[in-house]
Amino acid sequence: MFSFVARRLAVAVPTLLILVIISFILMYAAPGGPFNSERPLPPEVLANIEAKYGLDQPFWKRIVDYIWGVVAHFDFGPSFKFKDRSVNDIIAQGFPVTLTYGAISFLVAIVVGISLGTAAAIRQNTWLDYLAVGISIGAQVLPNFVMAPILLLTFTLWLGWLPGGGWNGGEWPYLVMPVIALSTSYMASIARITRSSMLEVLNINFIRTAKAKGLPMRRVIWKHAMKPAMLPVLSYLGPAFVGMITGSVVIDSFFSTGGIGTFFVNSAFTRDYSVMMGITILVGALTIIFNLLVDVLYAWIDPKIRY
Amino acid sequence: MLPNPAKLEGVIDAMAVAEVKGRSLWADARTRFMRNKAAVVSLVLLALVAAFALFGGFFAAWERDFVDFSLTGRNAHMGVPSIETGHFFGTDNNGRDLYARVVQGTGISLMVGIVGALVAVVVGTLYGATAGYFGGRLDGVMMRVVDVLMSIPFMFVLILMLVIFGRSILMLFLGIGLISWLDMARIARGQTLSIKNKEFVEVAVATGVHPIKIILRHIVPNLLGIVIVYATLLVPNMIIFESFISFLGLGVQEPNTSLGALINEGAGTMQYGTLWQIAFPLFFFVVTIFAFFFVGDGLRDALDPKDR
Repeated sequence: MFSFVARRLAVAVPTLLILVIISFILMYAAPGGPFNSERPLPPEVLANIEAKYGLDQPFWKRIVDYIWGVVAHFDFGPSFKFKDRSVNDIIAQGFPVTLTYGAISFLVAIVVGISLGTAAAIRQNTWLDYLAVGISIGAQVLPNFVMAPILLLTFTLWLGWLPGGGWNGGEWPYLVMPVIALSTSYMASIARITRSSMLEVLNINFIRTAKAKGLPMRRVIWKHAMKPAMLPVLSYLGPAFVGMITGSVVIDSFFSTGGIGTFFVNSAFTRDYSVMMGITILVGALTIIFNLLVDVLYAWIDPKIRY
Repeated sequence: MLPNPAKLEGVIDAMAVAEVKGRSLWADARTRFMRNKAAVVSLVLLALVAAFALFGGFFAAWERDFVDFSLTGRNAHMGVPSIETGHFFGTDNNGRDLYARVVQGTGISLMVGIVGALVAVVVGTLYGATAGYFGGRLDGVMMRVVDVLMSIPFMFVLILMLVIFGRSILMLFLGIGLISWLDMARIARGQTLSIKNKEFVEVAVATGVHPIKIILRHIVPNLLGIVIVYATLLVPNMIIFESFISFLGLGVQEPNTSLGALINEGAGTMQYGTLWQIAFPLFFFVVTIFAFFFVGDGLRDALDPKDR
């Protein structure tokens, strides 16, 4: 098991390094510096500013410095647009927000999705099954950027039940719509995957044996069927995680929650490269770590996997 | 005892007919597909949407970039959809004809989806087939590359690229092309692994056919079924992907538009009561995505030998 984790780590670290290098090269190749403006600065001033941010250094020195800063000190450097803030400050402000509603959405998607899928599989071809299948098809064609305005229209403008945006320290009325908008499509996918894999597992012989020896259905599902049925769901969690992080950009811009998505889009429009890079690398690192966790969990559940 | 000669003749006749009308794998699949009502209806809907995108422009009464200044600021009661004014779908905030814009948006969204799927089919299939056929170390390296690329959050890298190299449709196509083939490569490789030990490939190897020719002539045609299925399911994902970027304002740029950009605009003006601005693009978006998913499902049932 230990060597398995070590081997996965040996792949994960270079992947992250490649991501850092790609984004750095992209930034380096960008036409025009971040300080080019409509009103050109006097060359001395520009040179001073570039020296302050280290932009006058040769490419190799810059990339090594940058990677060293990221790896050794978790330091993503200064923001190019906000003179008084570093990329770290911006991430420290936005990331807890994203993490809060992201984690809640993830849990909601997993718990509701698995329950719905299992219920649909047990009561196959009843109204419950059709409802679950219907919901999962409907949610598939309503991505979060379609879902969010519909929710806003219904709950804020028509019914007036929920605040239309803001964060307010994460009080629950401010959380409801972001969580629904972010989790629904993943919940639907998880429900669909759970349903089909559960149906498959329920037809295997050992389930028949468990039923034949008189175990109650609840125990058959929980003790015997659940674990093997979870494998396909588990391998979907990686893509779902990436999708949710990406979706947070939409959530932030719709509900003004102030997560990292807001900063990412804003810096995309103001060409604040260092902030964009910092967030890209952070998201990449999270994704890679999460995929590693999923792999380990997968190996733990499925004894057929060789470490 | 001989069976009734008349009956025997009938059987022979029937066999002759059956021989003449031998059913190919594809004909078989078509029959199965046609039996799936949802898929057939979806196919018709898709044809209608495509026809709308291709020929809808001829019926537009207004140019899509013509700004009617007399409507500015009075959109909520002056820009209502109506046949008389020629604004079939109403107008947008700037007084532009929404019908013409939806026609263009649908076209661009469809194009993005199809380009993404095409790249996936060509690059992904060849890549996967090559890795699967040669196996060994080459396979290991090629698939590791796919793994590494897959665990990069591409949406963020693509937005970074769009910002740095400028927002253009070309850049968008490039970005979509870069990621769309990854899944396809995995699927094609898996399928190739099960095909490459079949007799017909062994015969080809034994008779000294060049490996590249084996891949192109013997492996790829046998992958087509599963590739078509996944390509169909990929199209809606690509459309959603593009809409996402256009929704953020980073994709297709004015005066051009896509469904995602139109939905974004419509969502922004929803509270002023101009619901048609979101309703029409959303309608075409949902119908297209739905239809592609159902056609893909139908094709999977028709072409996937597992579920027969």
